Amino acid sequence: MNKPLIYGLLLSVLMVTAPHAEHLPLWVSALSATLLAWRSYLAYTGHPLPKRGLLMTITIASIGGILIDFHTLFGREVGVTVLMLLACLKLMELNTRRDAMALIFLCCFIIITHFFYSQSLMTGLYMLATLFVITASWIHLHAPGITFKPRLSIAGVLLLQAIPLTLLLFILFPRVQGPLWGLPQDAFASSGLDDKMSPGSLGRLALSDAVAFRVTYRGEIPRRDQMYWRGPVLWNFDGRTWTPGQTTRSIAPEFSDAGQTIDYSVTLEAHNKTWLFALDVPDKISVPARLTYDFQILSPQPVNVRLRYEARSQLEYHANLLESPIQIQRARHLPPTLNPRTRQLAANWRAGNSNDAAVIHSALSYFNQQNFHYTLDPPPLGVNGIDDFLFTTRRGFCEHYASAFVFLMRAAGIPARVVTGYQGGEYNAFGNYYIVRQSDAHAWAEVWLPELGWQRIDPTAAIAPERVEHGLSAALPDNAALPFMARNPPLWLHELRLNWDAVSYQWNQWVIGYNSERQFAFLSRFGIDSLSAQAISMLAGAGLVVGLFALYMLRHLFKREQNKTQAAWLKLCRKLAKSGLPRAPHEGPSDYAMRVAATRPDLADSIQDLAARYIALHYGSSQDEIAQREFIRLAYSFRPSRMKSVAML
Amino acid sequence: MLDALKQRFSNWLFRPKIEHGTVVLTQRRIFILPTRQGLVLVWVLILMLLGDINYNLSLGYVLTFLLAMMATMSMLHAFRNLAHLEIRAGRADAVFSGETARFIFHFNSKFPRYQLVLRDANADSVTFDLAAGQNNEIVFSLPAVKRGWLQTGRLTLHTEFPLGLFHAWSYLHFDTRCLVYPRPLANAPLPSAPDGAGKRSIAGDDDFAGLRNYTPGDALPRIAWKAYARGHALQVKQFATQAGEELWLNITNTPELDLESKLARMTRWVLDAEMQGLRYGLRLPDSELPSGNGTAHRDECLRRLALYGLSEP
Repeated sequence: MNKPLIYGLLLSVLMVTAPHAEHLPLWVSALSATLLAWRSYLAYTGHPLPKRGLLMTITIASIGGILIDFHTLFGREVGVTVLMLLACLKLMELNTRRDAMALIFLCCFIIITHFFYSQSLMTGLYMLATLFVITASWIHLHAPGITFKPRLSIAGVLLLQAIPLTLLLFILFPRVQGPLWGLPQDAFASSGLDDKMSPGSLGRLALSDAVAFRVTYRGEIPRRDQMYWRGPVLWNFDGRTWTPGQTTRSIAPEFSDAGQTIDYSVTLEAHNKTWLFALDVPDKISVPARLTYDFQILSPQPVNVRLRYEARSQLEYHANLLESPIQIQRARHLPPTLNPRTRQLAANWRAGNSNDAAVIHSALSYFNQQNFHYTLDPPPLGVNGIDDFLFTTRRGFCEHYASAFVFLMRAAGIPARVVTGYQGGEYNAFGNYYIVRQSDAHAWAEVWLPELGWQRIDPTAAIAPERVEHGLSAALPDNAALPFMARNPPLWLHELRLNWDAVSYQWNQWVIGYNSERQFAFLSRFGIDSLSAQAISMLAGAGLVVGLFALYMLRHLFKREQNKTQAAWLKLCRKLAKSGLPRAPHEGPSDYAMRVAATRPDLADSIQDLAARYIALHYGSSQDEIAQREFIRLAYSFRPSRMKSVAML
Repeated sequence: MLDALKQRFSNWLFRPKIEHGTVVLTQRRIFILPTRQGLVLVWVLILMLLGDINYNLSLGYVLTFLLAMMATMSMLHAFRNLAHLEIRAGRADAVFSGETARFIFHFNSKFPRYQLVLRDANADSVTFDLAAGQNNEIVFSLPAVKRGWLQTGRLTLHTEFPLGLFHAWSYLHFDTRCLVYPRPLANAPLPSAPDGAGKRSIAGDDDFAGLRNYTPGDALPRIAWKAYARGHALQVKQFATQAGEELWLNITNTPELDLESKLARMTRWVLDAEMQGLRYGLRLPDSELPSGNGTAHRDECLRRLALYGLSEP
């Protein structure tokens, strides 16, 4: 195997393994990089490949490493690790063409594992580039003598020819709704909200630029301070962490509709949890889901693929006016001894006002007036976290405020709970939709008042109203720690990013989200509404395209060697036909020449000469090239001027 | 019955026929089947497709279809790599048994082609690329084992370019042949007492008789190199024995018992006699070649020795 081929294969392996470096243990990437560097060195110096024993040792050591690191030999990450190391080790024992073929197939297979982590447009383009490099090496393997340029051009031609066919198959190949077998728990990456909230958990999310979901409003667009996307609702507090808790008895969710409804569609990124996000409070949703007693929407399965749904929400509501006593009890429960100063504060407020609304007002003005700061970087809190926050540090992110507010309410005897989700979003004018990112994660509170039901109170709005009205970057004075898009980048860069997001949105809609339902909806527009019609049009279409390529590529097979003498004669006949003397089908050259000579005496000499030459060349046995050339020249320069001479006669 | 049918089918499909002149590989002459690696790829693709369905990977579908369609298109490329290739069998210079016969084929292609393999039934093969254009000369080497006519038999021209997933092939059976002379004995003194007309001893071989001008075809060892080096014209040494001397090489004078060994000795004699510039004739049981001298004469002698006792194929 020659050096350039080995370099090509090395590059292929590098390209398929590199994207995995980011989510695999460091030692796996380090080992792969070492093996690749070692192999390049061997290829460069021409040293022999390492002995089998050494490779076996490395293999066994890596299996040991996997067991220590992952505690299992199954699962997605382990599978990816094994494939990666296998490819690198295969490079070390590249002896025959068969080894190289195995390596190439392995590389193709590893590309697919990239899609567990990302299916973005960039990943797609990267896949094309990788496949191009692999194909070039693949061709090189089967034609060692081929030089650099034709190798690339043939690889490019193969890839370009495959693209229209792939498009056809992608659209028409019958999609089966997976999964065919159970997915391992870690099949998909998850990021985003958790069903627990402790100090710092939302602050961490605020650092992520990742898209949580995108929203297109059908009609009226709500105000920004109405865009509360409801996620997990948290009831139980252990002094530090809020959790959903469990309940057995509860009434069905119920709310009075007060008028304004909002229709919108959400494209939710996979987050591997069951909740679906909707504006407070959801009324209708287009996918199978359940509305819980605390107005969460739960999907029957974890959302591990991008999901699109239509929904409708009521923005003004009185929710669960008749809440069950058990729930009210839960919404007042506090851990017994913690945070005595906070309890004291709430008791003071309660003593001063019998009115719930006044207590709420006191709490909000406390936040507003007591020099509280809204920051991503709060100091750590002790055992009595709420006391520390309210009286000492006074610096916190939205989860601190929500947590402290709910604690205060409960201490004052008002039923309250924490709601997490997202708030706001960024408008993308290029695609006319809103992007909600992980950095828009938010936590707020809900209190239950006897005459109003559950009402949303956002304590963050009391301390940093800009957060609710303009987003995170407006609320945080020092925004260096924020992700790029949450800061205020230059306008052109911002527009570029929004443009790119609009493209990604379409990509997600049409490429990644192209599932069996979407396929059916799309194809039935063209009258393809059954499986058999789908199969027939797919096969016919693919056959047609392959046939066209075949015709183009093999055109020289169908091209006849043309007889130049005859072509010149036929051209001559066409010229005469144009000037009004077409040759009759039964006429031979000499008869035709005689007739032309009789009609056009001015042409008589030349036409009879040409006919005689043609007869000699075409029917005679002489193969005189000079005579042939002379005839062709004369025939092409023959000009029967149109009937002018007849008029002169 | 079944065998006969199979035979008829393969005769219809492959149309075995010995050809001469230029052969053009038309569609009808090219066959194509997937290779073992092609079948392995099918399994890999099925595996990938199952993964795509299970994990609902849209880009996975794209990759799977891309690979499948590239494989499909590689079939066309493999076919094209052979299609409309013009092949003409060229000369094959005579060799001695034990040497390598070199059959020359002229390939004519309108575009570059890669990794073509010409192979015979015994797995002797040559692998080559073709540049676009006229008359690419490809040498197909075969070991010459037996004297007589050596033929290539039916050759297979095949290719697995570009991806090794499809094996495209065509059969070529040309009437080209290579003459194989008997292998000369390593060392055998010329007969000292030739029978027939030549009576005098050839001991006078060394009697130098002067120089004459070189004419093409003179044996190289007899050229007066020293004189040439001194600036004279190219001249040839002449020896006394040459004039009028005739050496008859007769197969009955060989001491060996079996025919092949006799012919081997005769071959050595012919070569030595020619080398020494003698006039020599050849006498075989069924024919006689009058004495003569020069390359053409030597080749005719060798040819008779090569074909002695063999029927013309």
